[in-house]
Amino acid sequence: MSEIFSVTVLVGILASAIRLATPYLYAAIGESFAQTSGVVNLGVEGIMLVGAFAGFYVALFTGNLWLGLLAAVIAGILMGLLMSFISVTLRAEQGISGIGLFMFGLGLSSLLFKTTIGTVKTIVGFPPLKIPVLGDIPIPLAWWLLDKTTLGLKTKAVGQNPAAADSLGVSVLRNRYFNVCLGAALAGVAGASLSLSLVNLFQENLTAGMGFIAVALVYFGGWRPLGILAGALLFSTVNAIQLWVQVLGIGIPADIAVMLPYLLTIVALAVTANRARQPAALNKPFERGEN
Amino acid sequence: MSVASADTLPRSRRLSIDWVNAAFRIGLLLLSLLFAFLIGAVVLLLLGANPLVAYSTMFTGVFGSVYGVTQSLVKATPLLLVGLGICIAFRASVINIGAEGQLILGALMATWFSLQFRTWPSWLLIPTTIILGFLAGAAWGFIPGILKARLEVNEILTTVMMNAIALQLMNLLLSGPLIDPAGITAGTYLAQSERLPEAVWLPRLVPQTLLHSGAIIAVLLAIAVYIFLWRTTIGYRIRAVGLNPDASRYAGIKVPFYQALSLTLAGGFAGLAGVVEVIGVQHRLLEGITSGYGFSGIVTALFGGLHPLGVIPASWLFGSLLVGADKMQRAVQVPSALVDMLSGLIVLFVIGSQWIANRWSKRRMAAAAGAKR
Amino acid sequence: MKTRSWLVVLLVMAVLAAGCAQPAAPAAGGAAGKPLRVAVVMPSATTDMAFSQSMFEALKGVQKELGGEKAMELKYSENMFKVPDAAAALRDYASQGFDIVIGHGSQYGSSIQEIAKDFPKTTFAWGTDVNTFGLPNVYAYTAAAEEGGYVNGVLAGKLSKAKKIGVTGPVEVGDAKTYIDGFVQGVESVDKNIKVSKTWTGSFSDVALMTEAAKTHIASGADTLTGSSQSVVGSIGAAKDKGNVLWFGTQADQASLGQNFVVASQVYDWNGILKEMIENRKKGKLGGEKFVLQLKNGGLKISYNPGYKLPDDVKKAGDAAIEGIKSGSIKVNP
Repeated sequence: MSEIFSVTVLVGILASAIRLATPYLYAAIGESFAQTSGVVNLGVEGIMLVGAFAGFYVALFTGNLWLGLLAAVIAGILMGLLMSFISVTLRAEQGISGIGLFMFGLGLSSLLFKTTIGTVKTIVGFPPLKIPVLGDIPIPLAWWLLDKTTLGLKTKAVGQNPAAADSLGVSVLRNRYFNVCLGAALAGVAGASLSLSLVNLFQENLTAGMGFIAVALVYFGGWRPLGILAGALLFSTVNAIQLWVQVLGIGIPADIAVMLPYLLTIVALAVTANRARQPAALNKPFERGEN
Repeated sequence: MSVASADTLPRSRRLSIDWVNAAFRIGLLLLSLLFAFLIGAVVLLLLGANPLVAYSTMFTGVFGSVYGVTQSLVKATPLLLVGLGICIAFRASVINIGAEGQLILGALMATWFSLQFRTWPSWLLIPTTIILGFLAGAAWGFIPGILKARLEVNEILTTVMMNAIALQLMNLLLSGPLIDPAGITAGTYLAQSERLPEAVWLPRLVPQTLLHSGAIIAVLLAIAVYIFLWRTTIGYRIRAVGLNPDASRYAGIKVPFYQALSLTLAGGFAGLAGVVEVIGVQHRLLEGITSGYGFSGIVTALFGGLHPLGVIPASWLFGSLLVGADKMQRAVQVPSALVDMLSGLIVLFVIGSQWIANRWSKRRMAAAAGAKR
Repeated sequence: MKTRSWLVVLLVMAVLAAGCAQPAAPAAGGAAGKPLRVAVVMPSATTDMAFSQSMFEALKGVQKELGGEKAMELKYSENMFKVPDAAAALRDYASQGFDIVIGHGSQYGSSIQEIAKDFPKTTFAWGTDVNTFGLPNVYAYTAAAEEGGYVNGVLAGKLSKAKKIGVTGPVEVGDAKTYIDGFVQGVESVDKNIKVSKTWTGSFSDVALMTEAAKTHIASGADTLTGSSQSVVGSIGAAKDKGNVLWFGTQADQASLGQNFVVASQVYDWNGILKEMIENRKKGKLGGEKFVLQLKNGGLKISYNPGYKLPDDVKKAGDAAIEGIKSGSIKVNP
């Protein structure tokens, strides 16, 4: 038991936690942009998959990781445009269009993988430390964008009271398009952080549910970048600890150890009672003259 | 069709059916399906398959045989049950992503209980198992419900997390206490429970198919949920909370209580879906029991207009789509990922077309009102 | 209003669809002289580098041996992890007149049991399990994964300098469990002081967590890894990143993922049992037998990676373990 407090283990937990947190962090920060503007995007998982595939495919065939990352961003934006068109222009119910986008992304990425690469291949990805360093960027950037720029203020206004924002001359539609696509681009990067740095390969359903956890973390963080960072780190640290607990053979059944990150995230939120109010117009399509 | 939009019109108005409007909506629905299938056809061509063959087998696969029809109903049953729960939750403005986990709890309870009391006669064992399965799912829905009511913990977060916890709980039980003893003797250690006693099996409705009486139970429950939501005070309050929480609060309705209640009931219905999968279809608990019904149930409920009776045909159509798509995959031998992609496109296009339909009927009503004047 | 008319739309659609129903298409029969028709239903993708891929490639191999598509028609359904869908697929293939219908997943047992009764002229095969339900047209097959696990364990025990070995598993069930149990027994036969620690990720598909589990083993000082399920491609990647960590594979030959650090893989070779089923069918025997892939009957093979220079004495110890298991002098418990 005392083994768990040794330096090796503590350093190991820290390194693991940062690696595990990376995809969640990108995806959740991205989702927080979309949600701040009033759009719930449940399709993050699908976007991550398409991003992961696009990034991996381009990196595999050009040998250039940065081109791969760019491809992931572009793929993310394209998925974001699709989501925006359905849920912003066509005002569809956001929960359902997100699930539709997830199914589409899951199918598309698997289909492309099967027809182009066909088997599991590995690449030499970004060094494991590079992406975590990059991972530090979205937090201050998101904070700056949302709190310090006119764009951020407009976004918040659109998410709180679209009718008022509209009457002040802010284009609600354009703002939501921008934020959904920005969020989707980050989800694409989240996917690429898996396929180009953390696991260096693509496989069908590579993300295995991470996108949904990322959406949950947005609620944990109360739509604030630092809160999301805290949530992602908490979740990943507990995950890293449970892996070490298993490796060191401390007698907890593995299934219970695997439950811990999920359980503790709920407990942490319940105990700290982080009662941030959600954007008032969240999940509500905007129709001029109605809201 | 936003989550909060319940039919607010007085009942007398709702009874009259606008046929022109309905025809327009059918046309639009068909058009959006056509659009999705056209994209699918391009992909099929790129994969070297004949789209005409693919789509005709898809159609005959569902409607061309007794097995196809019953198979769609088998798939529709859990979708309907999950969808009913989603209706109740969404009507109270509570977003339940946790049906997967709640379904697992129902399945676990049904398995454990019927194995434990395997000597009971059917007339006692089946109803008890069903009720306990409902309660197990309800308990899994109650936790996020009470956390939301008491501590304002967001239900999307808790339900997503509790799906993962339920899955691990099932892994835990299936690798130990509930594992099939035969699997240990044979040295295979498969992640499945012992076969349930025949006393708990739901009767099959059509021989040589999987269609079981759970389908009838689900339809009856849909009617019951409709009566509950529209004909009882509790149901009225649940809908009021969803429509306008602030107004409800002023009217003295305990908003958190009704939100927690709706989430608990939603969990119960998802739990029922787990029960009927176990005692109606599989006759044992297996890994992968949820089959993603927790998510497709949400889509089904929204396609059904969040109306318990609307979910009946919606679940049947969605079930048919899934069965037909699998049939198509077998006929033209394309990767199964195409099925996911196509379902996703259909969901996107159908949901996208609704706004156009709503806007059109609104304009038409406005024009009609103008003409009267 | 809105909801109401959607209701009507859906109902009308339902009636329309029901009205278009057609009578069932007659089932095609597998007459003599025509190609042998084989269909397989698999729970994961044909490209999973593990369970499904091993069967799919064996089937393609048999097809090639028999003379290509003219001699043997092969159809597949993949990612059928939903059992009702798999049941529909199995029944569909049977009613289309396929000669041999394979349900390649232990979860398909109940479905096979029900369907096989309705198609007495079709050969059904399913696994991994040992139960033919007493039906004359059902084969069951399984793999004694613990045997190859033992051999891998012996090799790993000899090669691990740190005396620390990490095992990355999905969920402690099925052949993931039996392989790993065999592996641990193999390591212990070499040196009881070698520490084998096991992690389970609780998922067959979570590659990211599997990668991290492998990295955790490596950080704790393990220099040799193994594991099971389609998500171990992540563990293999972690071993590759580290550089001096060895990997032992199972289910399929994983040498392609690591030219110089994958030492050996236990390979499931379904080829033999598939050919036996086909031969039996020609003779008129449709099933009623169980097959167990073993080292002894050639169904399990230890595939040494030619890219890794295995010291002679270690290879000798491995070969001795194989011989011991074959002759029965070494008993491995699942």
